Amino acid sequence: MAGAPQISVRDLTLAYGSYVVMHDVSFDVGRGDVFVIMGGSGSGKSTLLRALIGLLAPAGGEVAFHGDQRFGVLFQGGALWSDLTLGENVAVALEEQTSLSPARIRELVALKLELVGLGGTQDLYPNQISGGMQKRVGVARAMALDPDILFLDEPSAGLDPITAARLDDLILQLREGLGTTMVVVSHDLASIFRIGTDAIYLDAETRTVTARGAPAELRDHPPNPQVHAFLTRSAGTEESS
Amino acid sequence: MATATPGQVALRRADDGGLVVVVSGRWRVVDGAFPEADVAAAIAARPPAQVVFDASALDGWDSGLVAFAADVEAAAHARGVPVDPSGLPAGVRRLLDLAAAAPVRAPAPAPHHAAIPERLGQAAIDRGRRWRDAVAFVGEVAAALGRLVTGRARARVHDVLVEIQQAGADAVPIVSLICFVVGLILAFVATVQLRAFGAELYIADLVGIAIVREMGAIMTAIVLAGRTGAAYAAQLGSMRLSEELDALRVIGVSPVDRLVLPRLIALTLLLPVLCLYGDLLGVLGGAVVGIGLADVPAPIYARQSLAAFDLGDLIGGLVKASVYGLLVAAAGCFEGLRAGRTAAAVGRAATAAVVDGIVLVIVACGLFAVIFYIRGW
Repeated sequence: MAGAPQISVRDLTLAYGSYVVMHDVSFDVGRGDVFVIMGGSGSGKSTLLRALIGLLAPAGGEVAFHGDQRFGVLFQGGALWSDLTLGENVAVALEEQTSLSPARIRELVALKLELVGLGGTQDLYPNQISGGMQKRVGVARAMALDPDILFLDEPSAGLDPITAARLDDLILQLREGLGTTMVVVSHDLASIFRIGTDAIYLDAETRTVTARGAPAELRDHPPNPQVHAFLTRSAGTEESS
Repeated sequence: MATATPGQVALRRADDGGLVVVVSGRWRVVDGAFPEADVAAAIAARPPAQVVFDASALDGWDSGLVAFAADVEAAAHARGVPVDPSGLPAGVRRLLDLAAAAPVRAPAPAPHHAAIPERLGQAAIDRGRRWRDAVAFVGEVAAALGRLVTGRARARVHDVLVEIQQAGADAVPIVSLICFVVGLILAFVATVQLRAFGAELYIADLVGIAIVREMGAIMTAIVLAGRTGAAYAAQLGSMRLSEELDALRVIGVSPVDRLVLPRLIALTLLLPVLCLYGDLLGVLGGAVVGIGLADVPAPIYARQSLAAFDLGDLIGGLVKASVYGLLVAAAGCFEGLRAGRTAAAVGRAATAAVVDGIVLVIVACGLFAVIFYIRGW
């Protein structure tokens, strides 16, 4: 953990109706960390993220933010508002949450888009740009209010390796430049090792956290066979490789 | 290879008591059924010491041969007869091993066919949930309106104008057609009935009153329920699907404030205008029949039309239209916001929005009829 905890999760249980997605999940996210939520498909990574950002009420336990924290979210598909231009997408949070003048907002929007390498694209619509660019605009929109914490749901999903690596670079640059804490949901190993400073592994079978630590550390000293298989991309323990 | 013979099977009894399954030709799954049943029957009729394969005359194969060999193996094992697959091509043997190695998963539970009482109960629960959601939606809209009136939510005039433009200008042709034809139909019915009494002059009264007081508003609302109500449900439903609504919530913006209110306000303002236009077209439609078919002179028809209804009738019709607009927009937004997260669910939401919209409009029309009758309006 890089610093004092910024988010504390204690004994969290999440459920859809009577179906328990995960139980007894506890961890802290340190200030300045790139905290990765790892796990196989169906392990509840995105569900956990929805609980962290308040879109899903926990069935038990609690999520605590220490101090007054602003946060931004990059959704899995970008989730840009399709009837607004890229500039308007970034501007919405500034219009709704601040009393800045329209000219100042325009300035900030241009700056945020430049920050993600998309300067001058204010007047394009989301359907006019590629998936990778949409993710970048999603980051710019999430960064609109200079959040203390940025949540990213599978940032590299659906991107080619080069675009995904560029997005990783962007995440690292934002962390270094602005000191933003990142919480990243991912199962992209290359990305996890490159950017992650701390991680938890959600196990689909036991429906809880079965490993905690820096991704490289977990790879070198896996606490259980599932984490070993996941981080070394092998087919599991019952088959020879 | 175009001339290759299709896959064939021949059975031969070997001297050692074994059954030799001779496969020849080109085996392709697209060529159709393979006679595994014949082999199974031969094994059952006189169980051999073992089953062996002879593929020396095989031209080619795909998964059709693998499936056939697997079935033969299964039939032999069922009778306790050993199978020697060494005569099959190495590729087929590997695939057979692979298929045998895969753990057999428990079959997925068959779809649950509920009995009638259970289905009735489930429908009642769903209906109850729907009503609860509807009450919650009305509450949210009321709270959002409160925020708007007290200045705690920003009124986005631009959004309202965009919605009015999209729902209004584009609906003009279809509203024109529907209202004109309804006027025509009313006039036809009136002509047939009134001609018996020589009272064709009153066609103008009947058409005028019916259109201005009731039909203009209802027909316009039904057109908008089909066009705009369904579009609202589809828009909000697909925004929910693509997490755009969640993206609003996480920056502290209520989707009701941002998306629902502008649409409700737009249709509430728009429908009276469209209705007024529809009234005009309806009366014109009636005039075509009244003047053209029933031979009422045009000036007299016009005078009679204008005398048939007063300003109160007209305003009553427009107030009704305004309420219908609110209901149509509310039905569309309600169904869109509670749509499931699948493409099919968005489609169902659009359909439900049209049905809800029309039902609400008709029920409201009935209530208005009672209220207007009691108040003597």
